[in-house]
Amino acid sequence: MKEPLWKTLTPGSVILEPGSSAKFKTGSWRSMRPRWIEENCIQCLFCWIYCPDMSVIVEDGKRKDFNYDYCKGCGICALECPGKKGNKAIVMEKEGG
Amino acid sequence: MGKIVAVTGNEAVAESLRQVNPDVCAAYPITPATDLMQRFSSFISDGKVDTEMVLVESEHSAMSACIGAAAAGGRVATATSSQGLALMWEMLFIAAGDRLPIVMPVVNRALSAPLNIHGDHSDTMGARDSGWIQLYSETAQEAYDNAIQAFRIGEHPDIRLPVMVCMDGFIVSHSIERVEYLEDAEVRNFVGEYMPVNPLLDIDNPKSYGPLILTDLYHEYKRAQHEVMTRVKNVVLEVAADFEKLSGRKYGLFETYRLDDAEIAIVILNSAAGTTKDVVDSYRSKGIKAGLLKPRMFRPFPYEEVAAALSHLKAIAVLDRADSFGGYGPLFSEICGAVMSMDGKPPMINRIYGLGGRDYMPNQAEKVLDELVGIAETGKVHTLKDYIGLRE
Repeated sequence: MKEPLWKTLTPGSVILEPGSSAKFKTGSWRSMRPRWIEENCIQCLFCWIYCPDMSVIVEDGKRKDFNYDYCKGCGICALECPGKKGNKAIVMEKEGG
Repeated sequence: MGKIVAVTGNEAVAESLRQVNPDVCAAYPITPATDLMQRFSSFISDGKVDTEMVLVESEHSAMSACIGAAAAGGRVATATSSQGLALMWEMLFIAAGDRLPIVMPVVNRALSAPLNIHGDHSDTMGARDSGWIQLYSETAQEAYDNAIQAFRIGEHPDIRLPVMVCMDGFIVSHSIERVEYLEDAEVRNFVGEYMPVNPLLDIDNPKSYGPLILTDLYHEYKRAQHEVMTRVKNVVLEVAADFEKLSGRKYGLFETYRLDDAEIAIVILNSAAGTTKDVVDSYRSKGIKAGLLKPRMFRPFPYEEVAAALSHLKAIAVLDRADSFGGYGPLFSEICGAVMSMDGKPPMINRIYGLGGRDYMPNQAEKVLDELVGIAETGKVHTLKDYIGLRE
């Protein structure tokens, strides 16, 4: 007979697998979605620094598009983005809109 | 063989902590537990223990620091009372939910308002559902013995739960009694080397405490937590058997006094049990078959064993030194739970006594026993819940 699920849990709900939070995709919480406008991006990486999660992907020192698996749509990146000549490189849009 | 001393309850429990020599202690002073931790911190200052003392700004922080130190992998102790325990409230559940075997003597004291520093059980009864094991102590000797056993119980690999060791404020904490101390080496050998489970300081195996568990698994974690509590009883008895070999002093899940052939009995916790035993003796000498049951382990509550011990009685009075306003006393509720499954349930009454340190005098126990004699004859209960020892 299969052991009930509650008997298989780690005592004290301790998480023994390091980095397992990467499996917990929190992007579904989002109601606002940041959109990256590449032509306005000066690659200052402010968005990468300010993102409280791991939603701004940087490869070889260059910003790529968002990883929406973890972005909760907090909008900090859009707020901090200096843009180019007054034009933001990140704008917030209604999710699914 | 250790030595026989004349000490207060606080002094005896501080001595037990010195002998156990925990790794970390985080504490904040509160009457009447202040003296306990003050004595223990003197042991630290005098180099008699290796304990790291963390002086914090509140009891909430004290329990938080204890949780951190226990999760890190240390053997941890603290002590508190009353409002201090109340301020720890949210952290108590985390200590138990995280399965951290912290040992905490609690010197029972009334809760505000009105402000009162004296002994009753409102504080620990308020924490009965926090997931901590609770042991109650009639005397300084029992508080000393329970504190030592608490480390073995809480740290047992089948359990890993925090333990409160309760004793009455002032009546026990500040009164000098005869206490037999064990030798330091005996205590250290009895509690043994601390074996941490999943310590955070094991940095080669990183882990995380206190995750977010929502509707997917929280229910299952709580089911598992209850299961652990069902194992506590056997461990308490196993540890008590070992302790008896060492000390000659016998402990169980509860103590019975002249109960086996009794017809009426009082169920009562902590120091007031001593007064009640004297009154039971005087009623026995009058030919009235009175007895007593004093729970030692209140959480988890040993329902089946208590029911078996009370099953032959004709009337029972449960005396509570804590109240549930608009409800029955907490001990009464448990005894009701215990006898619920019995055939021919004995009539029971609930009497609230001694709140805010009001003296529990022999005449109060006499009045209760007299009432029980009448209930045993007629089987009729006049007032289920009432207060005794009220001023006229």
